[in-house]
Amino acid sequence: MVEKRPIILLALVALLTIIPLVMYSGLGEDEGYFGGADGAADEAISATGYQPTTTPLWEPPSGEIESLLFALQAAIGAIIIGYIFGYYNGQAKERKRQEEKLKTKDAKETVSK
Amino acid sequence: MHIMEGMLPGLWPLFWYMVSLPVVVYGVIRIKKITEEHPESKPLLAVSGAFVFVLSSLKMPSFTGSCSHPTGNGLAAVLFGPAVASVLAAIVLLFQALLLAHGGISTLGANIFSMGIVGPLCAWLIYKGIQQMGWSPSLGIFLAAAAGDLLTYVTTATQLALAFPLPTFTASFTNFMTIFAVTQIPLAIGEGLLTVVIFEYIMKLRPDILEKLNVIGPKIKESVKAVA
Repeated sequence: MVEKRPIILLALVALLTIIPLVMYSGLGEDEGYFGGADGAADEAISATGYQPTTTPLWEPPSGEIESLLFALQAAIGAIIIGYIFGYYNGQAKERKRQEEKLKTKDAKETVSK
Repeated sequence: MHIMEGMLPGLWPLFWYMVSLPVVVYGVIRIKKITEEHPESKPLLAVSGAFVFVLSSLKMPSFTGSCSHPTGNGLAAVLFGPAVASVLAAIVLLFQALLLAHGGISTLGANIFSMGIVGPLCAWLIYKGIQQMGWSPSLGIFLAAAAGDLLTYVTTATQLALAFPLPTFTASFTNFMTIFAVTQIPLAIGEGLLTVVIFEYIMKLRPDILEKLNVIGPKIKESVKAVA
């Protein structure tokens, strides 16, 4: 049986993400929408006339490379979670199987006695 | 919540390093102790770290029309305590500073303080409080994760307002709070929901480890087993 609860919760998260996209539908980066909050803070600081004291050692040369590395970051996390949860799930199933085996064995023994 | 490279003036980078470093060192000691006492909790430590990796890479839109990302720090804080969460946050922030030019080496200490210390500490306190009250662990993890996320951004806003109190601290604080914290509200709710999903799955499959880590009591463990 598929549990409904996690699906409902995940759907709510999806909804939270979709609402802003619908609210500002048709507006994009050029109109000043969907930029990063980190970037907005940077601009607010620069507006005070402050000059950054240090620069990054290395910067992704383009948006493509940046999204490559972000995808890599998410993939590393996702594969670890998937691997361990899959392992736990198999473990739980095996434990259940063993318990049932033990139960039927006990039942047989009581009958034969 | 990333304060970008070079965006903290004067001695602020040094100050935040001095605040954060001892906590990270203490976190490493805690990890050693916990994994020695409960070696079976190691996979969950990996899951907590991986959860921070995934969530902090997702830049999601908010109703303010700008994008920000969740932190994933609540899960680690609730399972292993805030100091351990600060180590995991430090790893992710270092990855992002070196490879993505998100955050920076000079601002690493400040970013660890918000995402690795204040956020997780609040999350942990809230979870423990709700546990004391005897309320459901699912509600506890939701509120803890949402608060961990939101408080991380409130901290960043405070840090920037302290570094740039122009024209006044209050005005600057309001400005940075609007940029960070308001944008973060729906994302914090989303992070709370995601953390509930992953936490309930762990609770279903390995309630024994959660009990050993003192995250759930023996009573709850029994009721979970009856459901599974």
